[in-house]
Amino acid sequence: MTEEIKITCLHDRHVAQGALMSPFAGYDMPIQYVDITTEHNAVRQKVGVFDVSHMGEVEITGPEAAKFTNYIFTNDINTIKNGQILYGMMLYPDGGTVDDLLVYRVDDNDYFLVINAANIDKDVAWIMEQAKNFDVKVDHQSELYGQIAVQGPDAEKTMGEVLGIDTTDLTFYTFKKLEYDGKTIIVSRTGYTGEDGFEVYADPAIICKMWDMLMEAGVQPCGLGCRDTLRFEAGLPLYGDELTPEISPIAATFGMFVKLDKEGGFIGRDACAQQKAEGTPKKLVGLELEGKAIPRHGYDVLDGDKVVGYITTGYHSITLDKSVAFALVDRAVGALGNTLNVQIRKKVFPATVVKKRFYTPNYKK
Amino acid sequence: MSKIIDGLYYSESHEYVKVEGDFGFIGITDFAQHELGNVVYVDMPEVDDEVTAGEEFGAVESVKAASDLMSPVSGTVVEVNEALEDEPGLINKDAFENWIIKVELSDKSELDGLMDAAAYKDMIGE
Repeated sequence: MTEEIKITCLHDRHVAQGALMSPFAGYDMPIQYVDITTEHNAVRQKVGVFDVSHMGEVEITGPEAAKFTNYIFTNDINTIKNGQILYGMMLYPDGGTVDDLLVYRVDDNDYFLVINAANIDKDVAWIMEQAKNFDVKVDHQSELYGQIAVQGPDAEKTMGEVLGIDTTDLTFYTFKKLEYDGKTIIVSRTGYTGEDGFEVYADPAIICKMWDMLMEAGVQPCGLGCRDTLRFEAGLPLYGDELTPEISPIAATFGMFVKLDKEGGFIGRDACAQQKAEGTPKKLVGLELEGKAIPRHGYDVLDGDKVVGYITTGYHSITLDKSVAFALVDRAVGALGNTLNVQIRKKVFPATVVKKRFYTPNYKK
Repeated sequence: MSKIIDGLYYSESHEYVKVEGDFGFIGITDFAQHELGNVVYVDMPEVDDEVTAGEEFGAVESVKAASDLMSPVSGTVVEVNEALEDEPGLINKDAFENWIIKVELSDKSELDGLMDAAAYKDMIGE
């Protein structure tokens, strides 16, 4: 089966800039412009910009929008005010993950969902199916928006000086709508890097114009290569690696985003409650290896010589200069401080179970 | 345009062998280091390990991916380039100067099955 590869509104610019392009989630996306390390460090130390136009958007409106959104979402939208954002998951009844997403509370009866590119078709079908018994309108808007992420300690300054957008009033995980070139755009203080930063959702023509302004100002364009190294260091999961239909947020130890006791419940609630009470057979842990060998996705994790799990994501961390990984392992061997082994080709390397957040994020709370 | 050196032997998987007497210095080509990007780790065998023509003997890794090293020849490892343990990026600076392992060749006729500089140049399309 071959599917036509999709492109974002910025595709021509990436190619013209000489980016290394590669298929990701059905889109031809930039992996790197210069090299991953340079782009990674630009975001940690100054500022970088990502094309994230491949992300999906769905708006839920109507009299039962709040009730419905909360029913398909693990976090609790009743704990936030309009203009605030929550991270959480959509789950199958057995607790497996449909997707992880952001929910923007636009109004009491208006919720803007941002979903993963790889899951757009699946998610929209899932949401539509669940919406049948609710008085809501589900509007798939992925085609309406381009999206950029401006990330790094200088992001606020860049938004103001280069794009002319004052963001000093936005705290972490809040957003505002504003007029830009006669159109309504959404600006949020969010990201996927462990740094302060913003995401802008706007008409593709506006996104292209903003990209050009950022390039003109010398802001480092960043590819998906460093997006992965940055999110990984900050302890953030990637759907497909750390969260899957087989890996629930409880197994992935993201239970803080699963509000078991919220009013009205949610799909997957009972399975999560049971998993939390009984303990999942496997859990996601952080590993720190001795030496420079690099644990990669899929490599076996051993307790002595017995296979007890596998690496979900691993790198030689650019910021920490250490080999670290997320691994899904048997719960019994997942205690902090425990020593396991990682099989890397023909050799075995000792690894210590550590906290998953390798790098302490610098968010503006 | 990648650098290619006359007088070396080249494999289809982009390793080279520089022969000196009964010994061969094995590394990756300039073309290969460029394709791979910044090398952050080199997984090398140990001295006295046997390597076999066409079989994996280690890996070179960028931030993003590991790429297997295939030995172009058979023999016994007599030396590994320890400088690469602390500074794997040397391969990006000069891939031909910074060989990975030195092997005592067990069958010099294997060299006949490898490419010369001109043939390798054709293969990579330069």
